Amino acid sequence: MKLLGERGVQRLLAGIAFSAISALLLIALFIIKEGLPFIIGYGPAKFLLASDWNPQLGRFGIWPMIVASVWVTLGAMLVGAPLGVACAAYLTEFVPRRVMGVVKPTIELLAGIPSVVYGFIGVMVLAPLIRSSLGGPGLSVLAGAAILGVMILPTIISISIDSIQAVPNSYREGSLALGATRWQTTYMVTIPAAKSGIIASIILGMGRAIGETMAVIMVAGNAVKIPGSPLDSVRTLTANIALEMGYATGRHREALFATGVVLLVIIMILNSLAGMAIRKRAAKR
Amino acid sequence: MRFRKTFAGAALCALIALLGCGQKRQSVTLAGSTAFQPFAEKLAGQFMQANPEINVTVQGGGSAVGIQSTLSQAADIGMADLVELPEEARNLVAIEVARDGIAIVVNPNNPVAGLTSQQVRDIFSGTVSNWKQVGGDDRPITVVSREAGSGTRSSFEQILGNISLTKEALIQDSNGTIRETVANDANAVGYLSHGLINDKIKPVKVDGADCTTPEIMAGRYKLVRPVYLLTLEPPAGAIKQVLDYMLSSEAQATIDGCGLIPVKH
Repeated sequence: MKLLGERGVQRLLAGIAFSAISALLLIALFIIKEGLPFIIGYGPAKFLLASDWNPQLGRFGIWPMIVASVWVTLGAMLVGAPLGVACAAYLTEFVPRRVMGVVKPTIELLAGIPSVVYGFIGVMVLAPLIRSSLGGPGLSVLAGAAILGVMILPTIISISIDSIQAVPNSYREGSLALGATRWQTTYMVTIPAAKSGIIASIILGMGRAIGETMAVIMVAGNAVKIPGSPLDSVRTLTANIALEMGYATGRHREALFATGVVLLVIIMILNSLAGMAIRKRAAKR
Repeated sequence: MRFRKTFAGAALCALIALLGCGQKRQSVTLAGSTAFQPFAEKLAGQFMQANPEINVTVQGGGSAVGIQSTLSQAADIGMADLVELPEEARNLVAIEVARDGIAIVVNPNNPVAGLTSQQVRDIFSGTVSNWKQVGGDDRPITVVSREAGSGTRSSFEQILGNISLTKEALIQDSNGTIRETVANDANAVGYLSHGLINDKIKPVKVDGADCTTPEIMAGRYKLVRPVYLLTLEPPAGAIKQVLDYMLSSEAQATIDGCGLIPVKH
């Protein structure tokens, strides 16, 4: 340690910290550098809104993939958001702290399960179930949404718990003193007060759902078409990149990088929305 | 300080030893087709036992990668299993080392036992969408195909001709996941390398011929693609030794034993 000294260590740490940020920056720049010229050359409108993806014939329209990503993500929200918020409200408001100390880490363990395991369960259990009970090929929007809905639960629950816990106790006491029941207090006072944090948790969950790749490739079926029902098979933006990356050369490769640019933009928008929601909460206090 | 000097000295010695080692042993790299990769690895192992002075490395990546890395000299030998080599590979030296049948497979519960190549074409193009139309039960057909760029897919489409894959088709990214999907879905039809057929799926006859090694060798089963080994220049030295071994009767017997079709017998 003497070798470096106080200032030396400080510089070293700063260097490490900045290398992490610069890695992010380099990745973003690289994707944009590889993908953006293609979008401009091919025509942004044609690339984003045409529904014909056929790399061999030089047709690169990613509209079906955009629609698919939106459908699957919204479906995951329908599954994950109510479950996650309800779970967070229950754990903070209705259960002794001691129980929460056991349940919360357990839920956070869900985040540690590799996505390929989720996908495997989806293929082996969920898809056959959907096929036999609802029809269709089973590998579908519904299967993808259900699996992703569970995968984003830890994100939604832990951030929602933090923001509900941050609501000052005087709010709850005031409401209870006015004669409201515990449930009335929760849904009329506590949850509205924690609203911005809960919204941020849902947006971050959306970011995770839209970026998830492995589980979606396994359960969504990957057909390039605009889904007509939740039982149809779809291919998301992430799946498109991962499936064809291994073979792609030339313009096909550029088109996959361009798909990455679109994904990057969507996720950046979602993250800044979440950031805005969190800042709004901070400003209120 | 003394410790550091010793360490630096040791590192230098290790580096020199490594370099020396690299010069003594010749090395040959194969890259490409994931379908042929397991066979190439097995053959490379056998080759290195007989020729310890040559080190053979096998990498995957797909047929397109095999062609690209041969052109860029990232690999000494490219592996490609395509019916028709693309334009950029025309100037490479191509040696056919094996052949691989593409089996049309359905779920074992499906009563359909044979299809004509026209029916296969119609099913994969989406003009036939119910098993009833090809002599099966009244159920919708779930078409399962490979991703764009797959050597198996492009060979399949080239041999049958005039297939523009239906938009309803599920896409799976390997032979193994095709097999799983067809094994789990009673309405599914897919295609895969014939060495990978097992009892969870059922191959169907195409134009009356079974997808078996004798039928393929007799030329009655049409869905066959060659496996090529590609080199940038006419093979010489260690590369030639490896290629000669791949065509030797010992290597060809291994290929036969593993479910591929040998070119020499």
